[in-house]
Amino acid sequence: MNIEMTGIDKSFGSNQVLKQAGFFLRDGEVHALMGENGAGKSTLMKILTGVYTRDAGIVKVDGQEVHYRNPQEAEAAGIVFIYQELNVMFDLTVEENLFMGKEITKGFGICDRKAMRAKAKEVMDRMGVNIPVDAKMSDLSVGQQQMIEICKALMVDAKVIIMDEPTAALTQTETAALFDVIQSLRKRGVSMVYISHRMEEIFELCDRITILRDGSYIDTCEIKDITMDDVVKMMIGREIGERYPARDVTIGDTVIEVKDLTKNGVFHDASFSVGAGEVLGVSGLMGAGRTEIMQAIFGAVPADSGEIIIEGKPVKIRKPLDAMKAGIGFITEDRKVEGLMLEKTIRENIDLANLGKISGSGVISKAKEKALVKKGIDEFKIRCFGPEHECGNLSGGNQQKVVLAKWIYTDPKILILDEPTRGVDIGAKKEIYNVINELAAQGVAVIMVSSELPEILGMSDRVMVVREGEVRGILNIEDADQEKIMTLATGGTI
Amino acid sequence: MDNKKKSVGDIIQEYGAFLALIILVVGISIVSPEFRTGNNFLSLLRQSSINGLIAFGMTGVILTGGIDLSVGSVLALTTALCAGLITAGIPAGIAMLAALILGAVFGLVSGFMVTKGRLQPFIATLITMTVYRGVTMIYTDGKPISGLGDIFILKFIGKGTIFGIPFPAILFLVIFGVLYFVFNKTTLGRRIYATGSNSKCAQLVGVNIDRTKLFVYGLSGVLSALAGLILLSRLNSAQPTLGSGYELDAIAAVALGGTSMNGGRGKITGTLIGVLIIAVLNNGLNILGVSSYYQDVVKGIVILVAVLSDRKR
Repeated sequence: MNIEMTGIDKSFGSNQVLKQAGFFLRDGEVHALMGENGAGKSTLMKILTGVYTRDAGIVKVDGQEVHYRNPQEAEAAGIVFIYQELNVMFDLTVEENLFMGKEITKGFGICDRKAMRAKAKEVMDRMGVNIPVDAKMSDLSVGQQQMIEICKALMVDAKVIIMDEPTAALTQTETAALFDVIQSLRKRGVSMVYISHRMEEIFELCDRITILRDGSYIDTCEIKDITMDDVVKMMIGREIGERYPARDVTIGDTVIEVKDLTKNGVFHDASFSVGAGEVLGVSGLMGAGRTEIMQAIFGAVPADSGEIIIEGKPVKIRKPLDAMKAGIGFITEDRKVEGLMLEKTIRENIDLANLGKISGSGVISKAKEKALVKKGIDEFKIRCFGPEHECGNLSGGNQQKVVLAKWIYTDPKILILDEPTRGVDIGAKKEIYNVINELAAQGVAVIMVSSELPEILGMSDRVMVVREGEVRGILNIEDADQEKIMTLATGGTI
Repeated sequence: MDNKKKSVGDIIQEYGAFLALIILVVGISIVSPEFRTGNNFLSLLRQSSINGLIAFGMTGVILTGGIDLSVGSVLALTTALCAGLITAGIPAGIAMLAALILGAVFGLVSGFMVTKGRLQPFIATLITMTVYRGVTMIYTDGKPISGLGDIFILKFIGKGTIFGIPFPAILFLVIFGVLYFVFNKTTLGRRIYATGSNSKCAQLVGVNIDRTKLFVYGLSGVLSALAGLILLSRLNSAQPTLGSGYELDAIAAVALGGTSMNGGRGKITGTLIGVLIIAVLNNGLNILGVSSYYQDVVKGIVILVAVLSDRKR
């Protein structure tokens, strides 16, 4: 299926999100769509699939101008959008999810389960996916849920599949499986639009790339003709310099020492230490227990046994408040669920972690509050219209900056960051790295969990690899490379 | 970026309930000379006080994402116990204080079921609502407790006046003031909103969610008991069926005031306006001689309109 979008404009109120945006898709290609957060990628795709109507411009499918009024019409024409926030009903089974709204019936609304199961099985076999159709959606991994979404698209015989950040929550193995599926779909002539921030994936997978900046079309290139640096330059319109800024810090005394930390059935005997000004990268496959170890240190899900020693003194951490009192800050993996109150303002979010700082005997001081929030917005370059900006309306990178600001003003001695740059665009990523470096320079001990190996290698002083609840090794950065880390993470020895 | 002047629509949305209140008061005043007297406005405030106190407690609970169905039963049980203590010869002041403390305890029981028992608030308070009502029936043997005598302090709380203003009305406004301060100016207030907005996030920044929830359920219990004392004073007897259905009026007032039933969003000022709207409707329609059957239908429609106009575009 050929798609041509030209001269697309779209405004929400007074905010113009797309101006003269365009996109061209060929038959059977995997086409990357890149741009910083807020560049208009999702909006452009939502215009294609009829979620939004365009203010101006032409959309042609196979030469014919189209105006889809809703996603159902686009779907009927064979264009399916798989959203980043998966559209699944967790309490229902795989089969019920696959056929929601398009059940096969025996007439009178009576479901023909046999026919549905057969069809589901057929589609899943075709993709080489092996998930029981009776499984409850909530029992599946995120990767499996993603596969089900793709199956759903194939159920309606999609000719174009749009995927928005499909690998954001996947493990390496799941990502590999997804890539296999994408390759086999391409062979069958299905075109795919692949929206992602992960440069490595795009260069591995895609045929062509289109870049948007500030709602405008910049260029479309063959992947083989360009480099990652070219892409970055087009995305942000300027040179960004080093992706991982250098840090010049002398590592001081040990700030936190973790000894034999164990949570039965989840992880065991985790031992490591982090010095002042040091960044410890934590790597491993998803589900290896990295996040769980961090949650235990922070008291969100306390450990069963083991010791945590901070500045030479053993501390008991049974709940987050204990950890905060001991000087630990924790930036969680999922900022939308755990990190932020999305419907609340920047002010209210920054306040919440710093209530003690801005109040006297339980009463909040307006002046102190104002000063703190202003400082946060300025220092972290949070792009917003002011302290009363609702966090749900910020871009991913700016949301993450709010979370950082909120924690950093609690003056932590130890800061744990779990996937700090997930879903964050390149410009904001670098600002976050700068913040990490600055904290290290101030003598904060930083623990950074990340699934992106380049980030781990670019930012850490030492790298700890976790596999199946066990610390498999701690490497000095000079000795670490992608291969060694993956070997440890998958159970090999070096 | 999005920093705009407020449009008429925004203003209606923000002050919709307040406008509705003004329109109702002005409208009924025009048609009814009886309604627009100073005395009637004072008694209107007095009539609001019982639902008002309960609705204030309910607001706290709803802001944390919960609900308290037990308020009417707490009211009935605490007034029955208070009356029982007085007839048994305990000084009225002590009996009344005991009623308030027991109110807090009964509320905390619901709170413990929600926090430690991990029951859904609807179910937890459905249970306490049923059990407290049953205990009231057992304790009173299904009969009113009267013969409380002529006690100044008990009479004053419901029937007294200060400079001509009914004491329940004063109590109502003072408690509004205190709660306004707590909800808007204190760290406790922030914690209440945060708990309802995103409890996981709040917990991770060190907010003690369980304690916050216990507070609001306890508060709801105390305020229900206080409302009960006003009622006891006015009736001079404790009826075992007292307060049935009061939870619905309180929830209606909270909803009218624009507080989200999902928690995290809402204002105590909104609840004050909601309470006044309900009181004006009751009082005004009575004065106009509208049958009570129709009154309920009108109330329902007013709530529908208010909530629809409050919805985000």
